[in-house]
Order: sequence, then structure tokens, then C-alpha cells
Amino acid sequence: MEYLIGIQGQDFVLVAADNVAAHSIVKMKQDQDKMFKLSDKILLLCVGEAGDTVQFAEYIQKNIQLYKMRNGYELSPTAAANFTRKNLADYLRSRTPYHVNLLLAGFDETDGPGLYYMDHLSALAKAPFAAHGHGLNHRFILNLPSFSVRLIDKDGTHDLEKLIPVGAK
Amino acid sequence: MAARYDRAITVFSPDGHLFQVEYAQEAVKKGSTAVGIRGKDIVVLGVEKKSVAKLQEERTVRKICALDEHVCMAFAGLTADARIVINRARVECQSHRLTVEDPVTVEYITRHIATLKQRYTQSNGRRPFGISALIVGFDYDGTPRLYQTDPSGTYHAWKANAIGRSAKTVREFLEKNYTDEAIATDNEAIKLAIKALLEVVQSGGKNIDLAVIRRNQPLKLLESKEIETLVAEIEKEKEDEAEKKKQKKST
Repeated sequence: MEYLIGIQGQDFVLVAADNVAAHSIVKMKQDQDKMFKLSDKILLLCVGEAGDTVQFAEYIQKNIQLYKMRNGYELSPTAAANFTRKNLADYLRSRTPYHVNLLLAGFDETDGPGLYYMDHLSALAKAPFAAHGHGLNHRFILNLPSFSVRLIDKDGTHDLEKLIPVGAK
Repeated sequence: MAARYDRAITVFSPDGHLFQVEYAQEAVKKGSTAVGIRGKDIVVLGVEKKSVAKLQEERTVRKICALDEHVCMAFAGLTADARIVINRARVECQSHRLTVEDPVTVEYITRHIATLKQRYTQSNGRRPFGISALIVGFDYDGTPRLYQTDPSGTYHAWKANAIGRSAKTVREFLEKNYTDEAIATDNEAIKLAIKALLEVVQSGGKNIDLAVIRRNQPLKLLESKEIETLVAEIEKEKEDEAEKKKQKKST
């Protein structure tokens, strides 16, 4: 029911996430932001079990900030992705696993744009395009009210216009 | 008499002293000087840079540390102890943001650090932290703050203060020279900090490290060139003052 998509370009990463927070058939909220800013040039998109998503994403977000305070510089997207994966993997093998699916998008000064796909079993893959969808073959449903779209490039994160699909009203 | 009561710090001496805490305060007095000034729209921290050995890399000794984007601190005393305290404070700043969704107030983080220090004055087998800290920053509502903590775990708010070696001299200078005019502009507040440090630091601007936080802006460490420029300005002002006095005397 929750959808994330990311596309890596030549010198940018484009990401989009739907805006619905639902409890089975009831749309509780239609302006939910599922993207978490880890740093100026890194976004974490997080969907999955209600509660787990925000809890895990905010925990990662604050730890990335702590690294910045301790060391005076920010973690690269690769390092942030691996840190996130390690945390997810450790919790997976505990009594309290987080059931979340993630996309991490970032821009590195030296390596350029990067998109990382992570699932709830803590698999990490760097890919030029990736998505999280619903159902066995990960159906991606488009007639949702709106999608938040953001772009990351060398100048940071930019909000693009919300996508409102025609016919979704 | 003192020797018998300072092995276990949890013990008071007959006349009510905690000697380990007082010895820790002595350790602070051996550390290099740090000065903090609270201006109207700016807070300034200045430290005396200890001269490094010939083969040592200068930049690995940093006495002014950011705790969060709007709070920073300088310390006087045992550098290793400071590292621990700073680390705990940094974690607490992020932890506070995570649970409360708000950045810490300067008072909160000072209280946290002070509580940590006090705990170590009342535990078995531990010695107190040998540092005093000057914590500066802006609260969420934009108010500038300056707090000082010492090894006993007490903390107070100050308009301007100094810690470390020759702190008394610097504090007396500040008591005389901290006026509303002296901190009227950001630049004046920075110059007041430099003037205060120049009272006790030998060889001038090269041995001074300065950091400022302006409202809604992150911590900025001044480069040595900027400090040199300001020191030159101060020297010129002093000369002009001296000239004026001479002229007054001669007329």
C-alpha cells in the first residue's frame, strides 16, 4: 500500500514517495511525508509497519547527526547506507525486529549520486533505479492522491512539485 | 590532616571539605585559559592555545567543541576528561532531539553535564572530572546564554566569565570592561573577548583560538588571519587612546 521509487541520473537522484498513511481501508492522513533528511545531501525513504518506520528512520537520522557532531564532517551516502543496513540486520536478529523497507538516496562529492535499495531482511543493493511496492510481484499503484517528489544533486535536496495523477480525484 | 581524608572521595573531611573536588579544581587552574562572552546577538568563546611541540600537528588540539548546531563549549583542565564529557553531551543533545523533537536549551545541556559531574563526586572508586566548562549558545526563542560548570557539579549563568590559568585576572578585566557599550555590536563583543585573553596570553594573536555563534547560525571558528586583523585593530585603538592621553597631558 506504500510506494517508494528512486532513479539515479548522471549527477542527481530523483525520489518519490506516496503520501497516504492508511489503516487497512481507511486513509488516516493524505499528506504523510515518508522521506527523512539524514543530512544535507542524503534522504532516507521509509515504508513498512506503522510505527517502525518513523522510529527506525528517526533513530538513524539522529545517529547520522551525532556522527557529524563528533567528527566535524558528515557520513557519505555509502557509509550511511551501510550503517543503516547494519542496524537493521542487528535488530532483525533480536526479539524486536523492524519491519521496514527503505530507499537511501544521496550525493557524494567524489562518487556522485547514489541510490541504495534496502529491504526488511536487511539486504542492501546499490542500483540505478529501485522501487518498493505492494504484493507478490511488487505492484506499483499510481492512482493515489499524491506523491512527494524530491531531487538530490550537488547543491543539496530540492523539493519538486507534488505529483497529482490525472483521474485520481 | 588533608592527607587522611582524600583517598576515598565519598568521604567528607572533618571540616566539611570534599578534598578530591577541590584538588580537581586545582587541576582546572593549571589548564589554559578560556573566556566566554554573552553579547546581544552573538556569543563568543576564546581560548588560549597551548604552544605545541615542533614536530606536533597543530590542528589536533581543539579546545572549543560543538555539542549541537546551536550550542558549543570550551573547557579548562584535563583534556582527556573533557573528551568524555563532550561525547556524553553530544549524545544527549541528539537523544533529546529524538525523544522531545526539540533542540536542547543551553540550560538543559548544562544541567545534564553538571549532573554527570556531580555523580562522579558521589560514587565509589571514581574521581571527579578535572574540567570546568563554559557552555554557550542560543535557545530556541533566540536568547543568548553562557553557563559555567565546575568539577563539583555546580553551574551558574554568566554574562561573561573566564576559567583556567589566570582566570581571576581575566575575570577582573571583564568586570571592569563588560558594559552595554562594550557588547553593543558583534564585532565589539569579539574584540572584548580578545582583549580579555590578551591580558594573560603571551605573544598575542597567534596563541588565541576564537569561536562565535550568531543567532540561527552554526558555530564559526575564526581563522588565524581574522584574529590577527582584530588584534591589529585592538592594538591601534590602544595606541590612539595613549596618543589622546599624551595630548591631554601636554595641553
